[in-house]
Amino acid sequence: MDSALTGMVVVGEARRVSTAAPDGLVAIVKRDCPTCVLVAPVLHQLAEAGRLAAVFSQDDPEFPPDLPVVDDRTLAMSFALDIDTVPTLLRLEAGREVARTIGWSRDRWEALTGVEGLGPDLPELRPGCGSRTTEPEIAEAHAIAATVAALRSRRVELGAAEDDIEAMYARGWSDGLPLVPPTPERVGRMLLGTTRAADEIVAVVPPDLVECSVEKVAVNAVLAGCEPQYLPVVLAAVEAACTDEFNAHGLLATTWFSGPLIVVNGPITRAIGMNSGVNALGQGNRANATIGRALQLVIRNVGGGRPGEVDRATLGNPGKYTFCFAERELDSPWEPLAVERGVAPGGNALTLFAGAGVQGVVDQLSRTPESLARSFAACLRSVGHTKNVIAWDAMLVVSPEHARTFRAAGWSKARLRAELGELLQIPGEELVRGAGGIAEGLPEGFRTSTMPKFRDGGLLIVHAGGDAGMFSAIIAGWASGEIGSEIVTKEIGT
Amino acid sequence: MTTRILLDPTGERTAATRPRASRPDSLKGRTVGLLDISKARGNVFLDRIEELLRADGAEVVRYRKPTFTKPAPVDLRHEIANTCDVVIEALAD
Repeated sequence: MDSALTGMVVVGEARRVSTAAPDGLVAIVKRDCPTCVLVAPVLHQLAEAGRLAAVFSQDDPEFPPDLPVVDDRTLAMSFALDIDTVPTLLRLEAGREVARTIGWSRDRWEALTGVEGLGPDLPELRPGCGSRTTEPEIAEAHAIAATVAALRSRRVELGAAEDDIEAMYARGWSDGLPLVPPTPERVGRMLLGTTRAADEIVAVVPPDLVECSVEKVAVNAVLAGCEPQYLPVVLAAVEAACTDEFNAHGLLATTWFSGPLIVVNGPITRAIGMNSGVNALGQGNRANATIGRALQLVIRNVGGGRPGEVDRATLGNPGKYTFCFAERELDSPWEPLAVERGVAPGGNALTLFAGAGVQGVVDQLSRTPESLARSFAACLRSVGHTKNVIAWDAMLVVSPEHARTFRAAGWSKARLRAELGELLQIPGEELVRGAGGIAEGLPEGFRTSTMPKFRDGGLLIVHAGGDAGMFSAIIAGWASGEIGSEIVTKEIGT
Repeated sequence: MTTRILLDPTGERTAATRPRASRPDSLKGRTVGLLDISKARGNVFLDRIEELLRADGAEVVRYRKPTFTKPAPVDLRHEIANTCDVVIEALAD
């Protein structure tokens, strides 16, 4: 039999409701609907004519009175028949639906039933009411139940004496902070945040090179504290991190400070309430905090990347718990980072950068772009070491009070980058070993060269932060490009 | 304390235990691969190791990863596995 018509619904793990719909005319009603009350005499007419196979009631098995009503308060049949309006009148043949009408229309009911003179005292037409299956809580619970039934992750049953939170610490799933228990229901709800199939493989996660499904990402997103609408962002972040270019394995293994930093662009940042303003790089915003954390938990739990094992960081940085923010796009003087990197304006995308931590730049006196660019350049030179060139990328996060100086002077982002590039051409005599009384530096052969601080494409510029404060931020990167990590931009799906 | 079933967030790789490859009694006449991971001065260390191994009668083949930040390419790993009886990987710093 067509499974769509068997009324088979899986609720939770074990409870199965199976109700077969009979062939012939079938009506679905609820007492709470005035149109259903209105058509009750018509259902009697059909029953007396021997034409009515069944009536399913969504809210009261005694309604309509004096008819053989089938109790559908579980809504199993209503979901199986995909009912969105009551009353719905259907004709089924050999287990298949061949005709359907909703609400009350004498013409349509007569055409569908082949019975003349239905409801002579009724008006010609009366719209129906919403089916109980469309009530938001019920529709969501049904969708979650269907998703839960298909979950494949190993089930971990906790002992009666175990505390949920402690049990997750004991199993090594935590980054050090408490986790949200990934119950089947929470993971099922999380998966409603994406249109992608739960068993689709998203990426192969280093260092263990484990295939990671949408479901596994969802489990870790629950652990991290994400809301379902964040899941598409987390999925894109996992995909971007697991590319060969981004090199999450090397980034994890390095003794250097860096971890994955996520910059999110596009309308989704507003839709899910990400922070691009006051304290954008700091704590307090759920989306920022949990999206970055979810990516790190995927690498930890699915990929097997743990500090002290493959993660060999000498010091690390607090951004390795989570490092994710949105660009302040709406009043930025410049095109968004993702657009600059090839994404269509208005598109949702994220950029992954091997971020090492935040260093502040203070300049409260510059009122010209030339002066402010010199401040930026002077501070950018210290990325890694003032005598270090090309090896490290960097991200410059320009605050609104600094950005306005460039806006007022009409400096594009490309202009600022070009000016910084000029200012950061460094004479080799300042870079070689021993220069400045510092042993660190380039080999003596570079003494007569002039070297750029950053490789082409190695300096990212974004706009973020609160309205007040003439402070911008430098986020140092890691070994740049082919030998380390390439900056990766990825569009966010649904 | 009401949660009783959790979904495993890990890659679900059960710990595979494998016996170690048997250790040779002697390196004499055996092929030893020396893998330089491309970190500074790793070659200096390996040059000295090569001298000592050759003095002990071992054959030595030198290899080099393109960059220390990434795992060795699959082809390189296959070549080492097919050519060598023993491999020594040099770290640095």
